[in-house]
Amino acid sequence: MSWELAEEHEAFRQVVRDFAEKELGPHVARWDEEHHFPVEAVQAMGDLGLFGIVFPEEWGGGGGDFASLCVAIEEIGRVDQSMGITLSAGVGLGANPIYRFGTDDQRSRWLPDLVAGRALGAFGLTEPDGGSDAGATRSTARPDGDDWVINGSKAFITNSGTPITSVVTVTARTDDGISAFVVEAGTTGLIVEPPYRKMGWHASDTHGLTLDDCRVPDANRLGELGSGFRNFLTILDDGRVAISALALGCARACLEQSVAYANERQAFGGPIGRFQGVSFALADVAVAVENARNLTYKAAWLKDQGRPIGTAAAMAKLYSTEAAVHATRVATQVFGGAGFIDETPVSRFYRDAKILELGEGTSEIQRIVIARALGLPQD
Amino acid sequence: MNVIVCVKQIPDPAQVGSLDPTDNTLKREGKLILDESDSYGVEMALQLVDTAGGGEVGLVSMAPNDEMSGLRTALAMGAAKAVLVSDAELAGSDALTTAKVLAAAASRLGDIDLIIAGTESSDGYTGTVPEQIAEVLGLPSITFAKSVAIDGGTLRVNRQTEAGYDEVTCPLPAVVSVTAGVVEPRYPSFKGIMAAKSKPVEKVTATDLGVTPVGWAGAGQQIVEVAAAPEREAGEIVEDDGDAHLKIVEFLDKLKVI
Repeated sequence: MSWELAEEHEAFRQVVRDFAEKELGPHVARWDEEHHFPVEAVQAMGDLGLFGIVFPEEWGGGGGDFASLCVAIEEIGRVDQSMGITLSAGVGLGANPIYRFGTDDQRSRWLPDLVAGRALGAFGLTEPDGGSDAGATRSTARPDGDDWVINGSKAFITNSGTPITSVVTVTARTDDGISAFVVEAGTTGLIVEPPYRKMGWHASDTHGLTLDDCRVPDANRLGELGSGFRNFLTILDDGRVAISALALGCARACLEQSVAYANERQAFGGPIGRFQGVSFALADVAVAVENARNLTYKAAWLKDQGRPIGTAAAMAKLYSTEAAVHATRVATQVFGGAGFIDETPVSRFYRDAKILELGEGTSEIQRIVIARALGLPQD
Repeated sequence: MNVIVCVKQIPDPAQVGSLDPTDNTLKREGKLILDESDSYGVEMALQLVDTAGGGEVGLVSMAPNDEMSGLRTALAMGAAKAVLVSDAELAGSDALTTAKVLAAAASRLGDIDLIIAGTESSDGYTGTVPEQIAEVLGLPSITFAKSVAIDGGTLRVNRQTEAGYDEVTCPLPAVVSVTAGVVEPRYPSFKGIMAAKSKPVEKVTATDLGVTPVGWAGAGQQIVEVAAAPEREAGEIVEDDGDAHLKIVEFLDKLKVI
């Protein structure tokens, strides 16, 4: 048994860390302030191979494992949560459904650009009237000759309106249940609404979508008719581990910055870290970071072994995201007033963290998944 | 176009280093990393091979304990193969012995068109090894290159000087030392890192290379004393009573910078 990642994982971690600190770090505060989606930074992440890690080489990918993707998301997220979610969603929700459920024709049309980070894909599942209740999808797709005509609304869709967004995969109700369709950016009837005003993730791209008689050919149907809901539940399991890695990056950043600050900041004749009010709180965060790390990479390992990850993914996502929110609260408390102004990264992490407990299944949904696995009676 | 790059693996400069009290040399235990000043040479070599449209980049390195972490980084950037010289006997080697070892190691990598090295390492700073390698191999040497181009069988170099740069040429094969910042080293890609672990690294000893004596036995130098650098003195504070600019001008004048 081993608790260590492979040597290549650690070498890769070091490269992504250097990249994030040097290429993203100097700009993150400005992107956050200006709500700017940095296309060049995304493409630089693409050049590094981050969007292709888990895909086979025949599609331009790196042929790597899921743990490597988690390493990348953790290290990018440690510097910028917005770019971390851009990566996580671009891989897990953009490229992955096409890779997992697409035909070779569909893969060759869309995957190479998504895998290289030249383009981004989005995933339109959530609707204004149904977030956690994804089975209640109201959007519809009706057949018309060789086409499908899609109508409905989607909400909170990451990467759906960037200058390099190439496709949005949307779920819609058909006669057979819920099905999925790939809608290319620019398709008539795909209306990308103005960006949301968000509490955090300012440099991440998020829009509502309206589908107004949006016509796509049957060649754009992804997977069997009626298989959309089942397929996407498996996609979400992977995404939960990825969000757990993102939360781990957030919690680590808060811990590292708080420890540095507690060593520097002088009050009452010495550094504030000598007070147990500070040091005990940081000790607890250190334990939480360690737990989040273990849960995240255990779930990633299970996936790489080809074993079921549903419960492990829910546990990792639930724990790590709540640990991240807690870490941002402690960090802003350690920083005091300085933690409340945007000049300190912990202020940004505080705003960025809350969404981690909501996206890819709320904490409550994770608890339902875990409780179900315990064999408890369901409603 | 086959280019060899000499890469040094050094203790991470971000960590506090320490000296061995018995012989005053830098402790080089544990994980070593690619000397940043060599990453420019690796990048330049990759670009030259790319421009030439064929050939490959080989690496030579001398390091204790079969250490390969820094070599793997250079392989992940795109180098094709490496020779690692690792031998306990090499401890204490001076610059000339290092040059003899690296020259012999380079000769194991087949036909050589060009050997690239950093001007000096970031831990030892002797700054003499590249020229010594050229002497050992009987090749022309150009130092302090800020740009390098290949024109048929000719090496064209802009050589950094205090005043600007000289345009220097010499026939290939040759040895050139490159300055930091000469190109922007690429980040190793994920694929590059994964590919690096299966790239060939030949491990040899000084004896395998036929270089003797080495280490302290072959060194023409010894480190007799190490002294702490003097503490930096506090700067002069100029209070501005309306005439601070004059005091600053006077200060700069005293330094003869204006």
